[in-house]
Amino acid sequence: MPVPHIHKILDTQRDSLLREWASTQAEEGLIRKDLFTEAEAKAQIETLYDPLAKGVAASVDQDFLDPDDDVWEDLRAALAEVTRERTKRGVSTGDMATFVLALKYPLFERLRASVTDTNGTVLMEAIAQFTRLIDSVALYCTEICIAERDKIIQRQHDEMMELATPVVELWDRIVAVPLVGTLDSMRAQEVMESTLSAIVEKKADIVIIDITGVMTVDTQVAQHLIRTAAAVRLMGAEAIISGISPRIAQTMVQLGVDTGEIRTRGSLRMALADAFRQLDTDVVIRSVRGN
Amino acid sequence: MKTLSPPPGKPFDRLVIAVEADVFRSRQAVGRAMDRLGARVIRRTRLVTAVSEIFRNGLVYGGGAEVVITLDEADRMVWVDCTDQGPGIADLELAMKDGYTTGKGLGRGLGGAKRLVEHFEIHSVLGEGTQVRLAGRA
Amino acid sequence: MSQSAGLYLVDEIMLVAIDEDINDSDIVDLQDRLAQRVHDTGARGIVIDVSALEIVDTFVGRIIAQLAGIGTLLDSPTYLVGMRPAVAMTLVELGMTLPTVRTARNLQHALERLRATQ
Repeated sequence: MPVPHIHKILDTQRDSLLREWASTQAEEGLIRKDLFTEAEAKAQIETLYDPLAKGVAASVDQDFLDPDDDVWEDLRAALAEVTRERTKRGVSTGDMATFVLALKYPLFERLRASVTDTNGTVLMEAIAQFTRLIDSVALYCTEICIAERDKIIQRQHDEMMELATPVVELWDRIVAVPLVGTLDSMRAQEVMESTLSAIVEKKADIVIIDITGVMTVDTQVAQHLIRTAAAVRLMGAEAIISGISPRIAQTMVQLGVDTGEIRTRGSLRMALADAFRQLDTDVVIRSVRGN
Repeated sequence: MKTLSPPPGKPFDRLVIAVEADVFRSRQAVGRAMDRLGARVIRRTRLVTAVSEIFRNGLVYGGGAEVVITLDEADRMVWVDCTDQGPGIADLELAMKDGYTTGKGLGRGLGGAKRLVEHFEIHSVLGEGTQVRLAGRA
Repeated sequence: MSQSAGLYLVDEIMLVAIDEDINDSDIVDLQDRLAQRVHDTGARGIVIDVSALEIVDTFVGRIIAQLAGIGTLLDSPTYLVGMRPAVAMTLVELGMTLPTVRTARNLQHALERLRATQ
């Protein structure tokens, strides 16, 4: 019966185990003084230790430690909390698993010292069972980590989407939409939405869509641009697409993209000059410094 | 014609399209369903426009149709089933193509409607009728 | 005859306001009335206002294109005004870009453009 041995050690040697767990973590370079204070780190391992010890205590009548048992509910909850906190501060997934696994060695040493059956079967069994439990805990940790990462990536993606479609008022009745990066279908929708609402909000007659910062223009991106220009026209404004590099112009011709009625200009500067001309706006630049 | 299994969610409205004014009435009901879910204007506009195409097809080519609107609050979706007992569509693939029509329309209805919604399915049996199911997310 | 579209003569410009529930039978009537009134009044231009429309499907899209066609034949330039952003987006996705119809942001804008072309 190996479980009582594990229980006895966890129950009676809490303080020394906590200390050694922390120092094993330190040896593995997992303490991260840059991210956590010593008190915080200590609190985190205590948060994990107590429900673990409680789960083992509750399993003391069992033949073995079953990682799927309900007695680990509290441990899972504590793990989720600690993992979220550490992930949020930038701890890697692998480090989080090692953080948990670091408890194995101090516990094994104690088992070796206290379990003294002649042929070592009980000791082997105890080590095997505790390994199985801790491994499953570490795996659970990794799962939480990945889920947390996914959430962060999704949030950053959403924020990027908003950031990536600013509409800038350049002049009375002239707005610009500088596009940067890649233009997938979802972003293209956002671009069209913010462009069209800007026509209403800013009373814009001319919308310059600048694609200088767009990495590649394939047939789909070109279609999006053409559709946006068509929608802009339906609302009674006019779109100028600027920032078409020689390379992109070549690609567009090769793809057989028909830009039809849409006005295109090489640079934002040329598009703006065009817009001024159309709106009969004269801009006079006077030099302030005499030279 | 086989019966479609009911979409997720709970019944919202059931209407019959027999005259032109019913097309307007029915698409307004779809708009109300989207409003119930607090849909964004663009999402609402897309679904209402898509069903408008389908409802009009149901009236013009199907000789009238029955509309069932279902509200899936958990998934924030509005499901619309439009069933007619008209002559059916001989070549669905062709009918889905932009520019195809057998009647007086420009024939942008089906393919265009499909592009506007999250879910689109169409079943048609010659001599029995046509079922269109579409859904938009709020 | 239902009143699914109003015709108003403003400053020698024929203003057409289409209602949301316009239907097939209204269209022929609207086309007749528009052609007749433009002819009778010698209107210098036509402005179709769709600002009241929550949606424009291909059916209404076709009506707009037909009305503009009548205007062109009667030598009365036709402008489409007041389309909402969501409507414009949806219509483009339906593949209807109304290339033959002139557009302006609002009524005043259309009037300015019509005056400029006189």
